[in-house]
Amino acid sequence: MSISIDDVKHIAKLARIELREDELEKFRADLNKILGYIEVLKTVNTDGVEPLAQVTGLQNAFREDQSENSGLQKDIVKNAPESERGFIKVKKVF
Amino acid sequence: MDIAFATIKELRKLLNTKQISAVELAKEFLSRIKEYDQDLRSFITVTEEQALAQAREADRAIAAGEAEMFTGIPFAAKDLFSTRGIKTTAASKILENFQPVYDATVIRKLKDQKAILLGKTNLDQFAHGSSTETSYFGPTHNPWHRDRIPGGSSGGSAAAVAASLAPFALATETGGSIRQPASLCGISGWKPTYGRVSRYGVIAMASSADSIGTFARTVEDLALTAEILSGFDPKDSTTSKKDIAPWSDMLSGSLDDCKIGVPKEYFVSGIEPDVEKRVKEAIEEIRKLGAKIQSVSLPLTMFGSMVYAIVTPSEVSSNLSRYDGIRYGYVTKEARDLYEIYAKTRGEGFGDEAKRRIMTGTYALSAGYRDQYYLKSQKVRRLIVNGFSEVFKQVDILLCPSSPNVAIKIGSAADDPLFGYIADQLNIPAALAGLPALSIPCGFGKPKDGEDVKLPVGLQIIGPQWGEEKIFQVGHAYQQVTEFHKMRPRNL
Repeated sequence: MSISIDDVKHIAKLARIELREDELEKFRADLNKILGYIEVLKTVNTDGVEPLAQVTGLQNAFREDQSENSGLQKDIVKNAPESERGFIKVKKVF
Repeated sequence: MDIAFATIKELRKLLNTKQISAVELAKEFLSRIKEYDQDLRSFITVTEEQALAQAREADRAIAAGEAEMFTGIPFAAKDLFSTRGIKTTAASKILENFQPVYDATVIRKLKDQKAILLGKTNLDQFAHGSSTETSYFGPTHNPWHRDRIPGGSSGGSAAAVAASLAPFALATETGGSIRQPASLCGISGWKPTYGRVSRYGVIAMASSADSIGTFARTVEDLALTAEILSGFDPKDSTTSKKDIAPWSDMLSGSLDDCKIGVPKEYFVSGIEPDVEKRVKEAIEEIRKLGAKIQSVSLPLTMFGSMVYAIVTPSEVSSNLSRYDGIRYGYVTKEARDLYEIYAKTRGEGFGDEAKRRIMTGTYALSAGYRDQYYLKSQKVRRLIVNGFSEVFKQVDILLCPSSPNVAIKIGSAADDPLFGYIADQLNIPAALAGLPALSIPCGFGKPKDGEDVKLPVGLQIIGPQWGEEKIFQVGHAYQQVTEFHKMRPRNL
C-alpha cells in the first residue's frame, strides 16, 4: 500500500492544511517512508488483545458542572486575530 | 563555591543563611545568560524584569522567615508551559506572539513558593522532534560542543542547565524529550509516571503520553522538584490522587535488597561502543553498591517506536486542530472563506514536522485505515505495557542506555522523517507505558562520526508505575560514588 499524490491532497484537505505544489511530492515520499517503517508491526500477533487507550487505570473523573467567572474575557479576546465588541469574529460559514 | 554550578539544595542554604540574596542570585544567572546564550541559543525569551521583581519579593519572604524550598531559586521553563502575560511560542510561527492569559499549574506552584522564572527555553516546534532543530527560531547548541545538537525536544532547557544558565528547568516528555537531551547534555533528567504531574496549561502534543518533568544537576535536586510539582489537579483529570512521598528524604536507603534488571534488547545493534561500555561500567558500579543484577527480556522493545510513529501523530492531528487562525495565533492574510482561513493559516503557519505528523495521524485515523494502523498500534502498545508488568514482577528497576548514541552534529539528521523515532527508540517503550524514569550522566564517549571528541553518555533508570522512590534512590546512590554529574563543559 503506497500513498499517491492524490492521497496526499486528500489527507491535506481532511487536515485543513493547504500545501504548495513542491510540498506534495515531499510529503508523499515522507509518508511512504513512515508507513514503510511501521510495516513490520503487522507481524506482531495481537489476536484477542484489546487496544489500549490509557495507562492510568482511572475511570470517569467526574466533577460538578459549575460555571465560574475567570474575569479574563478581555484578555482572551485580545489574542484573537479579529474581534468586535468583545466577540471573536469569524468569516461566514455558508 | 561557584554559585552558578551549585545545586538547589546548596542554594537554599546560601539563601537561608543570607550569604546571598535572591536578587544577587537572579542577577548572576541573568548575566550568564547574556554572556553565553548568544552562542548557545537555549532561550527564546528572557524575562529579566519580571525575574528581578520576583527576586525582590523572594528576598522579602526570606527576611520575614517565610522561605520555602524554592523561594528565590531561579529556573527556566520550556516554551511549552503557559506563562501569564509572557510570550509562549511552542517554538512555532503559529504562536510566535501568543500571550497566555493564565499560568500552567506547575508554573503557578513554583510562583506560589516565589521561585524565579528566568525565561522560556527553545524546543522542537510543538515538541515534535529530538534535536531542537525544528524550532522556528533555529537550533540550540550543545554546551559540550557547539556544533552538536543538545537533543530534544526539551533541548533548550537541557542546554540551559548544562551550561549553568539555570539551576533547574521545566521540561516535557512524550517519548524521550527529557531523557534523551539529559543524556546528550550530561545532566540529570526526570520523566515522571504518567499522571503524576498536572499538564494543565501545557501545550498538548500526544495526550496519552505527555508528561511534565525536570532537569537538574543531581538526582537529589530532581527529587526536590518532584515533591513540589507532583499531585492531583482538578484541572487535569488524568492526575492521580496518590500521596506524594518526601522523596528527597528517602534517598539514602541501602541497595542491598534491590533487584535490578538489564533488558538485553536495549543494547541494540548500532549502539555506539563507548555508550555500551559506559553504561555497563555504571551497572557494575551499582552492583558494587549491593544491588543484585540480572538480565531480563522485553522482546517487543523494537516495536515501541513503530507504535509511537502511529499513536503520537494520531493524537497530534487531533490536538493541533485548535490552531485554526480564529481564537489566537497566526492567521493568513488571504482567505476568502472559512475553509481558506483554516487551510491557509495552517499551511503557512506549521513547520514541516508538524505538517508531517498531522498528516500521518489524519491518515492513520481516516476511514478504512483506522483498524490497520491506529488500533493495531494500540494493541501492540498493550502488549508492551504487559511486557513491563511481567518484568517488574522479577525486578525492582531496569538499567539501560538512555540513547544509543552521543550527540550528533547539527544538520546531520535534518529532514529525515524517521530520525526521532530511531533516536528515541530506548525511551519510547517506557513512555508508552507511562513509567517513571531518569537519565543520569555516566561518563563520556566518542561519536560514531569519528571526530575525536568526548561527549556525555546517559544511564537510564526505569521504574514500575508510581515507582519514583526507587529510581531516585538508585540514581542518588550512584551519584554518591561517582563524579560525572559534577563535570562541566569547558569555557563556561
